[in-house]
Amino acid sequence: MIELTVNGRKHSVDVEPEMPLLWVLRDVLDVKGPKFGCGIAQCGACTVHLNGEPVRSCSVPVSAAAGQKVLTIEGLAQRGQLHPVQRAWIDHEVPQCGYCQSGQIMSAVALLGKNRNPSDQDIDAAMTNICRCGTYARIRTAIHAAAKTLKSTKA
Amino acid sequence: MSIPFRKSRRHFLRVSAAVGGGLAIQLTVRAPALAQTAASRKASGPELTAWIIVNPDNSVLIRVARSEMGQGSSTGLPMLVAEELECDWSKVRTEFVSTSEQVRRNRPWGSMATGGSRSIRDSQEYLRQAGAAAREMLIAAAAQRWKVPGSECDAENGVITHMPSQRKVRFGQVAQAASKLEPPRDVKLKDPKEWNLIGKYAHRLDIPDKVRGKPLFGIDVQLPGMAYAAIAQCPVFRGKLATVAGERIKGMRGLIRVVQLEDAVAVVADNWWRANRMLKLLPIEWDTGANGGASTESIREFVRFGLEDSGVPVARNDGNVETAFAQAAKLVEAEYFAPFLNHAAMEPMNCTALVKGDRVEVWAPTQNAEATHAAAAATAGVPIENVEVHLTHLGGGFGRRGFQDYTRQAVAIAKAVEGRPVKLLWSREEDMQHDYYRPMTLMRFKAALDSSGKLTAWRVRDASHSIMAGVRPQEIKEGVDRHALGGIVDMPYEVPNLKIEFAMRNSHVPVGFMRTVFHSQNPFMRESFVDEMAFAAGRDPYEFRRAMLQKRPRDLGVLDAAAKSSGWGSPLPAGVHRGIAVQDSHGSYAAAVFEVSVSSDGELDIRRVVVAVDPGYVVNPDSAEAQVQSCVAYGLTSVLWGEITLKEGRVEQSNFHDYRIMRLAEMPKRIEAVLVPSGGFWGGMGETPLAPLAPALCNAIFAATGKRIRSLPLKNQGLRLA
Repeated sequence: MIELTVNGRKHSVDVEPEMPLLWVLRDVLDVKGPKFGCGIAQCGACTVHLNGEPVRSCSVPVSAAAGQKVLTIEGLAQRGQLHPVQRAWIDHEVPQCGYCQSGQIMSAVALLGKNRNPSDQDIDAAMTNICRCGTYARIRTAIHAAAKTLKSTKA
Repeated sequence: MSIPFRKSRRHFLRVSAAVGGGLAIQLTVRAPALAQTAASRKASGPELTAWIIVNPDNSVLIRVARSEMGQGSSTGLPMLVAEELECDWSKVRTEFVSTSEQVRRNRPWGSMATGGSRSIRDSQEYLRQAGAAAREMLIAAAAQRWKVPGSECDAENGVITHMPSQRKVRFGQVAQAASKLEPPRDVKLKDPKEWNLIGKYAHRLDIPDKVRGKPLFGIDVQLPGMAYAAIAQCPVFRGKLATVAGERIKGMRGLIRVVQLEDAVAVVADNWWRANRMLKLLPIEWDTGANGGASTESIREFVRFGLEDSGVPVARNDGNVETAFAQAAKLVEAEYFAPFLNHAAMEPMNCTALVKGDRVEVWAPTQNAEATHAAAAATAGVPIENVEVHLTHLGGGFGRRGFQDYTRQAVAIAKAVEGRPVKLLWSREEDMQHDYYRPMTLMRFKAALDSSGKLTAWRVRDASHSIMAGVRPQEIKEGVDRHALGGIVDMPYEVPNLKIEFAMRNSHVPVGFMRTVFHSQNPFMRESFVDEMAFAAGRDPYEFRRAMLQKRPRDLGVLDAAAKSSGWGSPLPAGVHRGIAVQDSHGSYAAAVFEVSVSSDGELDIRRVVVAVDPGYVVNPDSAEAQVQSCVAYGLTSVLWGEITLKEGRVEQSNFHDYRIMRLAEMPKRIEAVLVPSGGFWGGMGETPLAPLAPALCNAIFAATGKRIRSLPLKNQGLRLA
């Protein structure tokens, strides 16, 4: 049995230790926000946070998450209040098909967790997730907007 | 978490139970749908036309028959209904149409096909009529209640007012009475000047759920007792399965069954990762048939033979090109090439199916739920009345999901484990290597200019795969596939002598509709060659085009708009150069201007992209702008890197590491969408902006370097992104 905490809830799962975290989340724990896109850590659709760090869960064995904290898109809202990044994603109408967006949002939240005022270059470097609909311009705008919101709420 | 079936679905189950079926009644289903299903509706009101349900709380449910794959039609289509209905837009919810209801009620929702940028342009009239009919029914019911003439009443924002007395009633209060009335046959639609919703910014209805990570997509379907299938298909197209040594994985954890299909092997297990892992361990032998030796080079030579062949069908022959060539002051000749491309939707192909007795239930991200319905019925061998397809959101479509191969597989696998729902999911590798690819196309051009630099004759020889040969062969007339000649046979330019020949050259590689379809490669060739002609004539490429478009006001309109917005002709910084192109497609008109600089070692800096589009009417301007941005990312990915190659009959690319997709840092920073809707027609918006991009970029590269790009992608031409 492998124990892990997902969005604040403890789970024990009886799976192979090499099973990727993505598939434990999706097929064992029914947490469907993280998406399967490539299976080789290229596209980032599966991005979740492991102890606050963004990881590509398709390429992280569940054993590496044992005893640790996993945060997915489903755990971002606090007491029904959307995270400022989610809010900005709505305000700027970012998603098109939406499939990559939970990964995009988790990458953006991680970026803003480390860097409260990211430059365009910082965004370029951190946001390597693939979006086939080409929502990139709006992702950039929404990250800048969320940074402003976070600054004003922390001040 | 459980979302009950929507009303129509419950109704279907009641009907089917009466005929002895009752499939899935015992299941608690959490099926993706738009979030606003019966569960979130407080109470269910009556139907007013097949499209509209008005609830007692004044909320309105509008049904959507076309698939949502990111293009925004699940917001734009309801806007068209609501415009005429005069309901409160903030209280509009949506649901996808049920295919079994579509069958049972004799197709009240028309086509469910979602492709060719047709959702809005093909259904706008009947959707607005449905909204207007429902409004008239509500007004008539209110007038009856007040015993006043309907002509004295007006509807606005979900409220009907008797104008003389200023009495008011909400839609929800008269909906029941209205539903008993006969829908009016002739309704007058609003003049576009009176529109309150169409053409105004509207928040997309699907976005809040998407940023919450809600399980909306086909891949998210979760059913009790569901099994998971991974599949390996014969790597050589048209090949077959020879043998599979299933005993190799016997007794392994989670294994439910190995299913053999004619050209594929599926492993069914208790989760997808286990299924896929066991699949990789299976020794499989394929009968690759006659195509096991084909390569990109051999296929290219095979297609290219169409350029040399004699006796090729003629699609158009105006005047006499040969006479004009003989009298030309100058001749221009060139040959162009475009490779196969993969759609690469982010959500790999998947489908969930349950076969029980003579009944089939399918959950599918499909661009044509009716075709999926028919494919499921045919595969299971049951009457179409016994099938239900639940349309999910699509994680990208781009034309790929109009094909039913993955649905047929899912139903066949589900049949093998009858009574148990199975979710079939392709790996990215399967998705990359089993597409219906954008066709490989070659063209050879010859043109004559007179001494004043005017184009007098143009001969086009197109050698291409044909999509129609596979999907609608009856459309090929006397060897000519006009669909494959899009943008060529119907070119907008005035050319006194024009001859167009078509050589259909179909290799073993399956081809299909990929965003903008032939208008993604044909304009690259046509508009690059127009640039070649302008250069040979010593004319400005914008003016050269203008002169030939004098009888085409809409093409001219977007060309002028792109030129004006980009400041065509105005000075640029040293080393920066412009390129221009124009192309109508999918009922709309688009032109683009690129500004680029290219370093001496081939580093390409795309500094500015201006795209002007005239779709007639714009429904949701924000979604229209998003489609321009989307076309830039999709189109530039293809131009810069897109290439599917083959070796030993099989596709060489396997995943995103060798099929490169544009990322955020690579997206041009300055993209300007110039929307110039001229009214009077309804055109598409999801594909047209892509058409002029490749040639406008390549023409700018020529202006910067003097190097003419006649073969894509750019990575093979010594160019890379800065």
